[in-house]
Amino acid sequence: MAEGDVLIATHVLDYPYSRSVGPVIGAFLTGLRDGRIVGARTPSGGVVVPPTEYDPQTGEDVGEIVEVGPAGTVESWAWVTTPGPKQPLDHPFAYALIRLDGATTSMLHVVDTGSPDALATGARVAPRWKPAADRIGHVLDIEAFVLEGGTGGAGTGGAGTGGAGTGGAGTGSTTGGAS
Amino acid sequence: MLDTPIHLEYTFTPGIAQSRFLRGLAEGRFVGQRCPVCGKVYIPSRGSCPVDGVPTGEDVALSDTGIVTTYCVVNVPFAGQAIEIPYIAAQVLLDGANISFMGLIQGIPATDVRMGMRVQAVWVEPDELGPTLASVKYFTPTGEPDAPYETFEEYL
Amino acid sequence: MSPAPRARRPVAVVSFAQAHNVRREDERNEVEMLMPVVAEVFANIGITKDDVGFICSGSTDYLVGGPFSFVTALDAVGVWPPRPESHVEMDGAWALYEAWVLLQEGEVDAALVYSFGRSSPGNLAEIMALQLDPYTLAPLWPDPVSLAALQARALIDAGRATEADFAAVAARNRKAALANPKAQVAHDRTVEELLGEEYVVAPLRRHALPPITDGAAAVVLAAGDTARRWCERPAWITGIDHRIETHAPGARDLTTSPSTALAAERAGVGDGPVDLAEVHAPFASQEGIVLEALGLGGNGGAGGAGAGSNGSNGSNGSNGSNGSNGSNGSLVVNPSGGALAANPIMTAGLARIGEAATRIWSGDSNRAVAHATSGPCLQQNLVCVLDAAWEGA
Repeated sequence: MAEGDVLIATHVLDYPYSRSVGPVIGAFLTGLRDGRIVGARTPSGGVVVPPTEYDPQTGEDVGEIVEVGPAGTVESWAWVTTPGPKQPLDHPFAYALIRLDGATTSMLHVVDTGSPDALATGARVAPRWKPAADRIGHVLDIEAFVLEGGTGGAGTGGAGTGGAGTGGAGTGSTTGGAS
Repeated sequence: MLDTPIHLEYTFTPGIAQSRFLRGLAEGRFVGQRCPVCGKVYIPSRGSCPVDGVPTGEDVALSDTGIVTTYCVVNVPFAGQAIEIPYIAAQVLLDGANISFMGLIQGIPATDVRMGMRVQAVWVEPDELGPTLASVKYFTPTGEPDAPYETFEEYL
Repeated sequence: MSPAPRARRPVAVVSFAQAHNVRREDERNEVEMLMPVVAEVFANIGITKDDVGFICSGSTDYLVGGPFSFVTALDAVGVWPPRPESHVEMDGAWALYEAWVLLQEGEVDAALVYSFGRSSPGNLAEIMALQLDPYTLAPLWPDPVSLAALQARALIDAGRATEADFAAVAARNRKAALANPKAQVAHDRTVEELLGEEYVVAPLRRHALPPITDGAAAVVLAAGDTARRWCERPAWITGIDHRIETHAPGARDLTTSPSTALAAERAGVGDGPVDLAEVHAPFASQEGIVLEALGLGGNGGAGGAGAGSNGSNGSNGSNGSNGSNGSNGSLVVNPSGGALAANPIMTAGLARIGEAATRIWSGDSNRAVAHATSGPCLQQNLVCVLDAAWEGA
């Protein structure tokens, strides 16, 4: 068959999932709505954040829900130059593993510093909450983490490109594309 | 409860064989493909014979008449339903094909539809034809005598 | 822990075929992609579909957005009259594991395993995010490159690897891929050249990423005398195991792969010398972690080929850069170019087993390790030991 004879069409799938979250993740999400971050204490004394119903290492049931953070330390980070359309921020940002104060595991979230030069492993960060009225019990009730003590974020100008909207050429939202 | 809506966009291709089938619909005709091993004619063909696992290379033009092998009368409303209930959804075996596919039956009361009933495709207006099954509005009885059960029992 | 479940019934990889790996398969659907691969995997050893008693496949419908695409894919084989068949929503390496388990039971003597992955129709970054925890991870839409970059920085911060190490791994794999006619990305570039590239997600530059690939692969497994009849030098599976870690990347030490280490121990990697490894490390930063966990002396991967494996290293623990790397040049890593040469989702792991088996058949290897991974940051890992000799056979 000659090229061009094969049909191509846009195909859209929508999954309107609503999930029941259970008591443990429910406590975490409710906490976020109220402007608090909570984890779960494991039998071995660890504190898992975000909490799971079980100890991630042993599978044992977790115990009490405890408040952590809200500030923490960046354990590792990855600088996203060209955010994808669904990603939380529309300007360059970092995904980071953040060890919240009092936790023994790290939480994945985003850090908004405007420039990678402002961020380092070990940096202290704190949540930038959405206004209380806009919080719905969702992991993005925290808009982003920002450097502790600083105002942080693309809006501050600071070093670099001036923040939001610069986008940039490149690979878009693909995951690879070495060629 | 946590809402986690997911919206995914794809660039879909039906492949070589199904593209021929869909292109045929845009011209108001049914195009199947024949298996070189068992000789059966599939419509639409996915490009392979599901019995022999070999490419079905040869295009076969089929008539737009056939028989109802089996059917159901739909009385239950559901989200996204485009047709008024009750309506008849049937498996239609085109003359010359060795596999049936689903089609609507109209032009007959739901109580009168029968297995073995002869039907013919009713196409949309020529300027509305496209590479989609929507080019076939429905199948309607031809009035010919019903096909004997033995002639289609293999396709049930 | 119970003793390692070593293979009791001799089962071997006796045939392998794969599609040419491409960025975008424009015309063919999955069935049309698979048919020639399945035909080739049978023709290689002169058999037909009637000679296999079981069929198992690995794929995910999310890639093309076609529900039950794994069911229609069976049309590529032709499964009439009906025959025993199964599917895993995983890389084909796990389908091979299921087939191996069934062959151990002794009811069938041969099985077809295939997998296919067409990543081009959808947005792979978004689709892969959907494999993550839906409550706290997926809503952040972290893409695989970002997650791998978190792992890479953890390695760098721990002093375990450098960006130059990642570049060296990429350079070696893609140079090896020049000899692989099915490779998608192959070239000969220096580490210096590669380090001049821009970051995609820092600290990963373009070269450290796998390509996006449309591909398909198939393997035939056979037991005992059937394997010997179909293959002059069968690649016997002397051990195979797979293990998984928690889904929460923040609850793991991303610089190590305990699941790989455990699977390797249970598959018996350390029971004898290993002269070849085909590891499924989609990101250049991951190869060293996998080799180390396999007990094959990873050091971040700068040297790559040439980790001594003399049978005494099966139990080396966490930080296993044991100085043997490069000492005797007896270990060849990823002669195919690995997943950096082509990374068809759900297929690249099965291809590692096929590539390793190919080198047993040819006599280039006597005892090889194949590895497959799944999930973010090497979350789940399968280890398969292939041997030219079946002990006591």
